[in-house]
Amino acid sequence: MDAPRPAPVLHTGFAGWVHQNLFAGPVDTLLTLSGMGLLWLLVPPIADYLFIDAFWTGSNATACSGRTAFCWPFLNVRLTQFIYGTYPLEERWRVNLAAVQGVLFALPLVYAGPKFRKPLMLALFIYWPISTALLLTGGLIGLTPVPTNLWGGFMVTLVVALFGIGVSLPLGIALALARLSDLPAIRWLSVGLIEIIRGVPLITILFMASLMLPIFLPNGMSVDGLLRVLVGFSLFAAAYMAEIIRGGLSALPPGQAEAAKALGLGYWHTMGLILLPQALRMVLPNIVNTFIALFKDTTLVMIVGIMDLLGVVQAANSDPNWAGPNTQPTGYVFLGMVFWLSCYLMSRLSARMERQFNQNQRTR
Amino acid sequence: MRVLAMTPKPVSFWNDPKRRGMAFQVMATFAIVTFLGLAVKNAVDNLTARGIASGFDFLGQRAGFAIVQHLIAYDENARYIDAFWVGLINTGVVSILSIMLASILGLVVGLGRLSRNWLIARLALAYVELLRNVPLLLLILIVYFMGLRPLPGPRQSLHLGDLIFLNNRGLFLPQPVFDAAAPVPIFLTLVCTVVIIALLRWTWLQRIDQGRAPAWIWWAFSGLAAAPLAGFALAGFPVHLDMPALTGFNFTGGVVVIPELVAMVLALGLFGGAFIAEIIRAGILSVAHGQLEAAAALGLHRNLQMRLVFLPQATRVIIPPLTSEYLNLIKNSSLAAAIAYPDLVQVFAGTVLNQTGQAVEIIAITMLVYLVISVGLAGLMSFINRVPKLRSA
Repeated sequence: MDAPRPAPVLHTGFAGWVHQNLFAGPVDTLLTLSGMGLLWLLVPPIADYLFIDAFWTGSNATACSGRTAFCWPFLNVRLTQFIYGTYPLEERWRVNLAAVQGVLFALPLVYAGPKFRKPLMLALFIYWPISTALLLTGGLIGLTPVPTNLWGGFMVTLVVALFGIGVSLPLGIALALARLSDLPAIRWLSVGLIEIIRGVPLITILFMASLMLPIFLPNGMSVDGLLRVLVGFSLFAAAYMAEIIRGGLSALPPGQAEAAKALGLGYWHTMGLILLPQALRMVLPNIVNTFIALFKDTTLVMIVGIMDLLGVVQAANSDPNWAGPNTQPTGYVFLGMVFWLSCYLMSRLSARMERQFNQNQRTR
Repeated sequence: MRVLAMTPKPVSFWNDPKRRGMAFQVMATFAIVTFLGLAVKNAVDNLTARGIASGFDFLGQRAGFAIVQHLIAYDENARYIDAFWVGLINTGVVSILSIMLASILGLVVGLGRLSRNWLIARLALAYVELLRNVPLLLLILIVYFMGLRPLPGPRQSLHLGDLIFLNNRGLFLPQPVFDAAAPVPIFLTLVCTVVIIALLRWTWLQRIDQGRAPAWIWWAFSGLAAAPLAGFALAGFPVHLDMPALTGFNFTGGVVVIPELVAMVLALGLFGGAFIAEIIRAGILSVAHGQLEAAAALGLHRNLQMRLVFLPQATRVIIPPLTSEYLNLIKNSSLAAAIAYPDLVQVFAGTVLNQTGQAVEIIAITMLVYLVISVGLAGLMSFINRVPKLRSA
């Protein structure tokens, strides 16, 4: 009897994998070769720009001139400004303290058992926003006031994003409930607000908030520039959040609401104890995806003159010490990396939650 | 036997859900109306205090500023309303071009994501992940300041033969110029196209009805295809291309596409393409594999499998998110303001607002325009989605 012969080389091991996945036929081979060509066109210039040709030392723009490449020293010198903007040096501990507090309350929440969950939630959603607002603006309990026009950089980006997210969730739930309400006046008010906001670009809402809000307020009453933008941004966020939550509520099987009614629960109990918890859990991945979109959209506040991360990078070019052809591109590429990493991690998180939810559904 | 009381116990006045609902609605409406009323009163007070006349009379005043790209007649002496139209048309131009680019890129990358070729699938995935996770505004700035501004001057233009030139002044393309005799063959082409489409439909119905189309149909098609060509030949080919040519320090002739438009279209197209790729991929994956197998088992030709079984089901999944992505692209074209491409927001809500100070009217008009576009397009797409062939079972 013949001994078993080994499988053909082209079907096993590395060679088999390459054959089947890269060179399975003439068209496949052509595709692979053009893909390699594309990589050859893209990767070396990027590596050149970031590392091989890049400038590594120096302290001003003259050190970064002569060729088109990444200017690491600019990043090194400006990093603190990218984070704090022009927040006074001796007060920056307040920003740090607020950030540390936030991380301290948020991180354990992921691992905490049900016993610690409630105090942590209270700390994160009640104590932390108030203490942060107090710390950053100052003016009370002996803290020097820091006007918001001195705020800048990543700190402002985070303030806009977190404020928008924090306001948009409750407001979005309220709008979604109003849109699903039986009362026609309430329903139409909500539909009108949601559709108007979703039908126009964010930038027009920001323009409206920063230019028109002062006109609509009584004479002599003025609202802080950053606060105006925060109001506009969170209204925008709430409209999108409302539609997602409404989607979750309408996707629930009608039996849930009927069962709650049969148990004698009123409207608020049905919503708060039965429908909303299920709907929110179902749309959690979509909520995270909206957060990602909102986080990216925070860059738009730069257009109405708020010094967010992008605004600080834009402004760096007006510094005569750093005015050069490589300064601004360096800032952009760095920002691209920061945003990419944050958004990518968040999208992984949302994908994981979606898988987990689907698994729970299946094993039920 | 006790008779059960059939009438429910009367509810107390305050707990009647109907009355409560009514009261709640009246209160909410009253609150909103009061709020709006106060806002309007404040606005009128503030505007009179600042000496700004409210109303839309300003639209007829002289604008006094130039706009780089205008597809309709416009100069400094034009009125503000003309500037509005120029901005609106420019928004339309950038939206349509970027929707086209995004659709093509999205289709290619979406199919690439599903390719059995490992490298192609990975490259497509990298494209999607790279572009989806970067703010659009940053992408626009990167494309504009790192891609187009550093391009060489007109003398060292990048070029494709002698047809297309790209430099820091913009993109220079050949422009077709129609002579006096051109309308006749062009009209002929249009007529022939319409007839061909009608005839294709008729052939299709004949095939269903008789099993085959009459033999003369192929002669008809060839004749209809040849007629426009003959028409152009008889008219002596009344179309020629106006080529861009370097004269002195810049190009003359042809069409000039300003670098801001090139940057906007590239950035919006790349960004939208990543989202559309995922929409297309989801649409393709949504059609169960058994559908195509069943179609093959019925003996349908590969083309018919696609046309009758696959595409109707896939498009039903694709069209709604695709519409909202197109709307997103139109709304996002407003980011043009960041690189001074003269779109509606930059020209009207920017320059005109700064010159006239009519913030309320201008922002209201701008928002209304986008709202009309959104509602109109959403309505159109929901109409398309209601076509019976595409309706869900």
